[in-house]
Amino acid sequence: MSGSLQSAERPGGTSAAGAASGYRPSATLPFLAEFRRQASRRRTQLALGFMVLLPLIILISFQFDTGDDDDNGRGEFASLIDLATSGGLNFTLFSIFVSASFLLVVVVALFCGDTVASEASWGSLRYLLAIPVPRARLLAVKLLVALTYSALALLLLAGTALLAGTLRYGWSPLRSTVAAQIPAGEGLLRLLAVLGYLAVVLLVVAGLAFLLSVTTDAALGAVGGAVLLWILSSILDQITALGALRAFLPTHYANAWLGLLSTPVQTDDVVRGCISAICYATLFWGLAFWRFTRKDVTS
Amino acid sequence: MPSPLPARLRRALTRRRVVAASAVTVLLAGAVVWAAWPEQQDFRTESRVLTVLSGPTGDESVALDTTFYLPDGASAGRKVPAVLLAHGFGGSKESVRSDAEDLAGLGYAVLAYTARGFGRSGGQIHLDDPDHEVKDAQRLLDWLAARPEVRTDGAGDPRVGVVGGSYGGALALLLAAQDQRVDAIVPMITWHDLAGALLPESSGRPPVDGVFKKGWAGIFFGNGGSAGSGPAGLAGVTGNQEGAPASAGPPSPAPGTGPGTGPGGGPAAAVDPSCGRFAADVCAAYLRIATTGRADAEAVARLQRSSPAGVLDRIKAPTLLVQGTADTLFPLAEADANARGIAANGTPVRVAWYTGGHDGGEGPRTDSDRLKFLTAQWLDHYVRGAGDPPERSFTWSRTTGFDALDRGLVATGYRVTDYPGTGGTARSSVEVTGPVQSIANPPNGNPAAISSVPFAGALSSFLSGVAGDLPGQHARFESAPLPAAVDVVGSPTVRIRAASPTGEAVLFVKLYDVNPEGAATLSDGLVAPVRLTGLPTDVTAAQPVTVTLPAIVRRIEAGHRLRIVVATSDQGYATPAEPTVYTVAPGGGPVTLPTVAGEPIATAAAVWRWVLVGLLVAIVLGLVVVVAVLRRRHRRHDTSVHPEYAGTPLAVRNLRKEYADGFVAVSNVDFEVHPGQVVGLLGPNGAGKTTTLRVLMGLTQPTAGEIYVFGHRLVPGSPVLSRIGALVEGPGFLPHLSGLENLKAYWRATGRPEADAHFEQALEIAGLGASVHRRTKNYSHGMRQRLAIAQAMLGLPELLVLDEPTDGLDPPQIAEMRRVLQRYATDGRAVLVSSHLLAEVEQTCTHAVVVNKGRIVASGPVEEIVGESPSVLFDVADPAAARAVLDRLAGVRVLPDGDGGLVVDTNGTARSEVVAELVRAGVGVDRVVPRRRLEDAFLALVGENSRGSGDR
Repeated sequence: MSGSLQSAERPGGTSAAGAASGYRPSATLPFLAEFRRQASRRRTQLALGFMVLLPLIILISFQFDTGDDDDNGRGEFASLIDLATSGGLNFTLFSIFVSASFLLVVVVALFCGDTVASEASWGSLRYLLAIPVPRARLLAVKLLVALTYSALALLLLAGTALLAGTLRYGWSPLRSTVAAQIPAGEGLLRLLAVLGYLAVVLLVVAGLAFLLSVTTDAALGAVGGAVLLWILSSILDQITALGALRAFLPTHYANAWLGLLSTPVQTDDVVRGCISAICYATLFWGLAFWRFTRKDVTS
Repeated sequence: MPSPLPARLRRALTRRRVVAASAVTVLLAGAVVWAAWPEQQDFRTESRVLTVLSGPTGDESVALDTTFYLPDGASAGRKVPAVLLAHGFGGSKESVRSDAEDLAGLGYAVLAYTARGFGRSGGQIHLDDPDHEVKDAQRLLDWLAARPEVRTDGAGDPRVGVVGGSYGGALALLLAAQDQRVDAIVPMITWHDLAGALLPESSGRPPVDGVFKKGWAGIFFGNGGSAGSGPAGLAGVTGNQEGAPASAGPPSPAPGTGPGTGPGGGPAAAVDPSCGRFAADVCAAYLRIATTGRADAEAVARLQRSSPAGVLDRIKAPTLLVQGTADTLFPLAEADANARGIAANGTPVRVAWYTGGHDGGEGPRTDSDRLKFLTAQWLDHYVRGAGDPPERSFTWSRTTGFDALDRGLVATGYRVTDYPGTGGTARSSVEVTGPVQSIANPPNGNPAAISSVPFAGALSSFLSGVAGDLPGQHARFESAPLPAAVDVVGSPTVRIRAASPTGEAVLFVKLYDVNPEGAATLSDGLVAPVRLTGLPTDVTAAQPVTVTLPAIVRRIEAGHRLRIVVATSDQGYATPAEPTVYTVAPGGGPVTLPTVAGEPIATAAAVWRWVLVGLLVAIVLGLVVVVAVLRRRHRRHDTSVHPEYAGTPLAVRNLRKEYADGFVAVSNVDFEVHPGQVVGLLGPNGAGKTTTLRVLMGLTQPTAGEIYVFGHRLVPGSPVLSRIGALVEGPGFLPHLSGLENLKAYWRATGRPEADAHFEQALEIAGLGASVHRRTKNYSHGMRQRLAIAQAMLGLPELLVLDEPTDGLDPPQIAEMRRVLQRYATDGRAVLVSSHLLAEVEQTCTHAVVVNKGRIVASGPVEEIVGESPSVLFDVADPAAARAVLDRLAGVRVLPDGDGGLVVDTNGTARSEVVAELVRAGVGVDRVVPRRRLEDAFLALVGENSRGSGDR
C-alpha cells in the first residue's frame, strides 16, 4: 500500500451541527441502500426463491394424483386439497393455507429477526452507528425493508400460485367448504383480503423477531426465538382449559382469515385478530426502539 | 465477606432490572388471576321439597323438588320480583340452573322446580294438564306470594314472570291462561297444539287426519333423556336429572322405559312398565296413536287439553314468544299460531326466531345473546316495572355459514318493526316444472327417506348430502335458476296434484335449495306431510292441493334452483303400510316464497371495529407525538461550539464509564488530540482503551464526562461523528460482498455524495489489488484489517480513530502503515491510534496517552515521555562488579529494575565509553540493547503485572 494523501483535498465546509459536508442525518442509510444490502444476501434470495418454487412444487405434486378415489383424511384440510385443483384461485388459497401456519412465520421471522442481529454479528453495526446513522432511523429503515421483503414474499407466493394455478387449472370461481362458491372477480378480492389479514397477523412475528433482533447478536437466536414463541403460543391456544386467556394469545386469531371465505364475510374475528396483532406489534416494536436507542452497542 | 449470590447473578440483578421484572411479573400474575377468578355469586339458594295440593279436586298432594334463588339484598324490606322457571321435557330443576343464576343475577327471585313425574318430584306426567301440572304451578305462585322477599301486587298475588322452554314453555302459556296473577311470560320453542305438532298435516286438515310424527313422539313419550334444548340455554333441558335412573339412557322409541318410581310416592306407586311415570290417560292415548299411526278423536282431545291453543284468549300476561328455525318438533308455525291467538286479545306479544331449536340447540352465540337481552328486557318492563316498554319488533336470524375458528354456525340477526307472521311481508313466485311421475310407497314405510334426525343438532340441516330421498319413492319438480337471490322468511306454498289407486295418499313435500353444482339442501330438515283423500286414480283428473311448507329462514342465492320433492316415505313419520304406487304432478301455479326485508342487527362485534379504528388513530397520534417530542428535543439540543475546543479535533474531559453491573471500565480519562498530531492511546489489555473509543464512536453512553469534537459535544448519533473515521474492535464487513462492494455499500449508507468518498485513495491504502473484487469472507485477517483502515479513511475524515491498526499486518505493511498515518495527520487532520505495542506508538506517534486501570497515567509528546537520553540494557557476566564500575562513572545511573541485566541511564555518556569502562574493569559484556524511556515509564506507571485490571 502506498498512499498519496498529499494530493487529497480536505473535505469542504461543515454544517452548524459540525457534520461533514454532505452529511444529513435524514439522508443516511437510504431505504434503497438497505434494500440492496439485504438483496445481496443469499438468505434473502433463497427465501424469495422458495416462495416462487413452493407453488410450483405443489403443482407438480398434484400431477402425481392418479385419480384414485383415495381419501385424504377428513376435515378442512382434506376438503381444501380436494378443492385446490378446481381453479387458480383455489390453488392459491391452498398454497396460502399450507404455508400460513409455519412457512410464512419462518420467512417473516427470518427477514425481521436477522436484520439487526446479523449486522451486529458481522461487526458492521458499529460502523453504521459511527457514520452516524441515527439509531431510530437505522431501526426504522431496517424494519421497513424487512417488512417490505416479508410482503414481497407473501405476494410472490400468492402471485406465483395464482399464475401457475390459473394456467394449469383455469380461471374459475373460488370454492370453499364454508360457503357457496364466489365468482372469480370477487374471489380475487377475497384472496387479497386474506393476504392482507395474514400480513397483519404476521406483524406479531415481525415485531417479536425484530425485538429479539435488537437484543441479541445471534441472528439465529432472534429468528428461532420468534418462531419458537409463536409455536408456544399456538400450543397454548390448543389448551381450552385456559379459557378466556386464550383470546390474548397472539396466535388465537391466526386462522380467522377463513371467515373471509364465507358469505357474507365474517369479519368479527378478523377485526379482533387485527386489534390483537396491531397491539402486539406496536408493543414489540416500541420495546425494540426503546431498547435499541438506549443500549450500549458492544458488538 | 463472600457474597451469598454468585457474582454474575448479582451483576445481572441491577435495581432497574429487578424493578422492571417485578412490575411485569405482578402485571402478568394480576391478569391471570383476574381471568381465572371465579365469578362472584350474588345470590343464595334454598333447596327444598314443597308438597302442594293439586289435581282436579285440589286434594292430591304432590311433592315438588324446588330450588329458590334469592338475590343478595332481597329482604322483607327490599322486595324483589320473582320468576317461575320451568324446565323442558325430561329435564329437572338442575337443567335450568344456569338460567336461574342469570335471572337471579339480574335481581329476580327465581323459583326453579322439577315438574311432577320427573327427577325427584313425585306424581305422574300429565303433559302440562290444567288440573295437574298447571295447578302445581299455581300452588308455587301461592308459595312465592307468601315469601316475604317477593314483591306482591296484592294479597297472595306475587309479581311474577314465567319462563320456560318446550314443556316448560307450554306450562307458561297454560298457567298464564289459567292464573291471572302471572305478570309476563316468556315461552320458548313450545307448541300451540300438541296434537297438531305430533300429527301435522300441511294441506289444512285437522290433527285427527295428521301424519304421526313417530320419531319425535317416540322420544317425547319415551322420556328418553332430554327432549329439546331451550334457546340461549334459557330453560334448557340437557340431561342432568337427579334421581332418575333411566334418564341417562339413550333416547328410546318405546314408552315405559322411564323412571318407574318417584320418591314423592303418590298414585305412581303401582308401576305400569309400559307407561312408566306417565299418567294412564296420556299413556293410553299415546299407545293407541303409536300402534296404528292414526289418531282418534279421543286421543286428539287428550293432547289438546295440554295445548295452549284452546285457551289463548284468556292470556293477559304480555308474552315474548321465542321459536327456533331448526326445530322439526315444534316448528315456527306453532309460535306463529300462539302469537296470533294471544295478540287477538290485545295482549302485548313479541316474537323472536333464532337458528336453534329442538334440532339446532342453543344456536350461535349471537343468537343466545339476543334472546337473553330480549328476555331480560321483557321481564324488566312487565315484571319489575322498570325501563321503557320493549318494542314489538320482530327479530330473527339466518345461518350464514360456519365459524372459521370454532366450526360452529354463524348467524346474522335481522329486525323488522312489525311481526309479519309466517306469510312474510312480500312474496316472490317461482315456477317449478316437471313431468308427471309415479312413485312407490314402500311397504311398512321401509326403506324411508331421511330428512332429519331428532337430536342430530345442527347436523340435521346438512344431512341431505348424506341421506335423502330414495329412488323410485319421490318425484322432483324444478325451477329455472333464480335470477336474483331471495331471502325467504316464512312458509312457502306449493300446489301439487296426486292420484292414488286407493284414493288416499300420504306424501311428504319438501323444498330444496339446489346450488349450481347440483347439491341440494333441505332447509333444517323440515318437511310438510300431507294426507290426501278422495284422490282419483288418474292424475289428470286430480284437483290441485295447496301445501303450506314449514316456515324457514333461508337465502336462496341467485343462480340456485328450487326443487320441490314429493316423497312417499319419511323416517320420522308413520306412513301407510300397504305398498302403493302414486302418481304426482305439479299443481299449476308457482311456488310462493314469503320474504321479509329486514335490517341487520348490529352485534357487539361492531364495537370492535371502532376499537380497531381507535387503536389505529391512537397509534398514529402516538407516533406523531413521539416524533414531535424527539424533534423538539433535537432542536433544543445544544449545537453550540465550545470555544475552547473549536479547533481541536478531539477533547476528552473527565470521561467515566461504569457498566450496568457496576464494573468501572474507565474512571477518569482526560486528553486532547490536536491537528497534525498522531496520538497513541497506550495501555495494557483491559486498561479502558476500547471503552474510551466506543464512547468516542457513539456506541456507548458515558456515565460522566464529555467529549468534544471540534468543539461540538459528542453524544451517540451526533452529526459531528461524520467527521470521524474509525476502526474499533476489528473490521466489520458484510461477508457476502467483495471488498469494493463493502466500501461502496458503506458509503451509500452515509448518504453523502460519492465524489466525497475518494475511493481510489482508500483502495490504494488498502493495497488489496485484484482481491478487492473477492468476497470479504475469504479474506485473511490482515486483508480485512487493511480494508477496514481504508473504510475508516473514506471521505478523508478530519479525525481518524484506529484501534490496534497493525493487528494482523506483516512488518513491511506495518512500516507502510506508519508512513500513511504520519502523512494523514496533515492539513489539519489528526489521528488517534490505540495500541498495546510500545514500539508501534513510539515509532508512529507524535504524542502518547498512557492509560492504566481506567486512568490516564501519563500524556504528552512521545519525546517528552521518552526523554533526551535513552536507557540501555546491559547483559553482563558479573552484574555486581559491573554495578560497582558504573556507580563510579559520573552521571551514569543504574535503574532499579531489569532482571538478569542492568538497566542503565547513561545520561549523556556515550554507550561506547560505558562499554569500554566495563571491559577495562574486566566485566564481560554479552549484549548491549538500547532501551527507551517510554517502556520504562510505561512499566513504572503500569507495573510489570497487568493482571487484575480486568477486561475493559
